[in-house]
Amino acid sequence: MAITGVMRPGHVCIRVLEIEPAVRHYVDTIGLREVMRDTAADGSARVFLKAWDEADHHSVVLREADEAGMDYMGWKVDSEATLDKLSADVEASGLATDMVWMREGEHPMTGRRFRFTVPTGHVMELYAHRETPGCAVGYLNPDPWPDDMHGMGARRFDHCLLYGDDLAGTFKLFTEVLGFNLTEAVVAGPDEQMIGAFLSCATKAHDVAFIQQPVKNKLHHVSFLLDNWGEVLKAADIISKRRVSLDIGPTRHGITRGETVYFFDPSGNRNEVFAGGYTWYPDKPVIKWTAEELGTGIFYHDRKLNEKFLSVFT
Amino acid sequence: MHPAEQRFEVHILDTGERYACGGSQTLLAGMEALGRKGIPVGCRGGGCGVCKSRIVRGDYHAAKMSRACVSADEQAAGVVLACRVVPRSDIEIEALDRMRRCVTRHLTPAARPPVPPT
Ligand code: FES
Repeated sequence: MAITGVMRPGHVCIRVLEIEPAVRHYVDTIGLREVMRDTAADGSARVFLKAWDEADHHSVVLREADEAGMDYMGWKVDSEATLDKLSADVEASGLATDMVWMREGEHPMTGRRFRFTVPTGHVMELYAHRETPGCAVGYLNPDPWPDDMHGMGARRFDHCLLYGDDLAGTFKLFTEVLGFNLTEAVVAGPDEQMIGAFLSCATKAHDVAFIQQPVKNKLHHVSFLLDNWGEVLKAADIISKRRVSLDIGPTRHGITRGETVYFFDPSGNRNEVFAGGYTWYPDKPVIKWTAEELGTGIFYHDRKLNEKFLSVFT
Repeated sequence: MHPAEQRFEVHILDTGERYACGGSQTLLAGMEALGRKGIPVGCRGGGCGVCKSRIVRGDYHAAKMSRACVSADEQAAGVVLACRVVPRSDIEIEALDRMRRCVTRHLTPAARPPVPPT
């Protein structure tokens, strides 16, 4: 099936307490490249970054702020016509608030963006255009990886996991309005109430996930893609070598089957690098996890819930 | 000696524990080095708030802490995130919120100090 409508996660804007240590972390440790800097409308410093295998101008934005956490996540749609249609659909759904058009160029090399807040309190954006300077190895008889790959050498910004209180509302908006599919659900209680939703807009095991928690607009982690388990182990070496704050891993997820290691940026935002996971197709049945087995779903090897993993977020 | 090279004594009022903390080591890193279970180590970056504490006595330097965790008023009253604070003198510290529940978890209920007024 062709990928239409919302194609993929396009950007994430992360709030950091101090811009320079944050840039060093995302560049030297995770392996992103600094693309450019500017000053946001409110006067805060912004740095735009991309991963070596991404074609678009940028995917990660760091913004210096008084609080850690996520400002917003952006989704690239397949055309300006889709952008018009989906923005109208979001508006008509009654599920979103604070809807506003961000002007062309507010993000460099990027067209207009439709911004809205979903019921869990997270700010999302849709956009159709961003300049594509290309990836680091080019598109003509390319090498598999660039010579100046550094740090963990992350391939791309991959997904976010977010905490919020109205999972049902956000789930409805993403599936019924934006066309996402549920790949895995965590359910609790006799009536199997959904407390976790893993959502895909294309063929990945997830492009975004939401966990029901009594908070609004919280970031659990921002995740970047590596190639394989060996790279995940090497990422853990880099975490120790650079005295990065380790969270958990390396280990494997039951949910999505990814191989993973979690750590924190210098402002306390959780990062993940991961590899693996399956390919999702529209005829794949939804995978269900029960709350009793959630420990196994999150960390397949030790099969236990980890309080820190669940309760530390920004 | 430069304060970064000095060692100071940190007294956790909730449990009576004392530990030595280097002038370039954060209070939370010093606590972590105690190796006791229950120290609520979160992000170690001043973002998540799990190490929220109050400095009751002593001089310290606090790096930038997330306003979502410590308000300006709280900061003025000595409330800190222990992962962002290095000592400049001996310190008396009292755990707050999550941190308090965690550091006193190993004490019997009778030995737990009363909840301080906030
Ligand atoms: S451990 Fe997260 S704020 Fe200190």
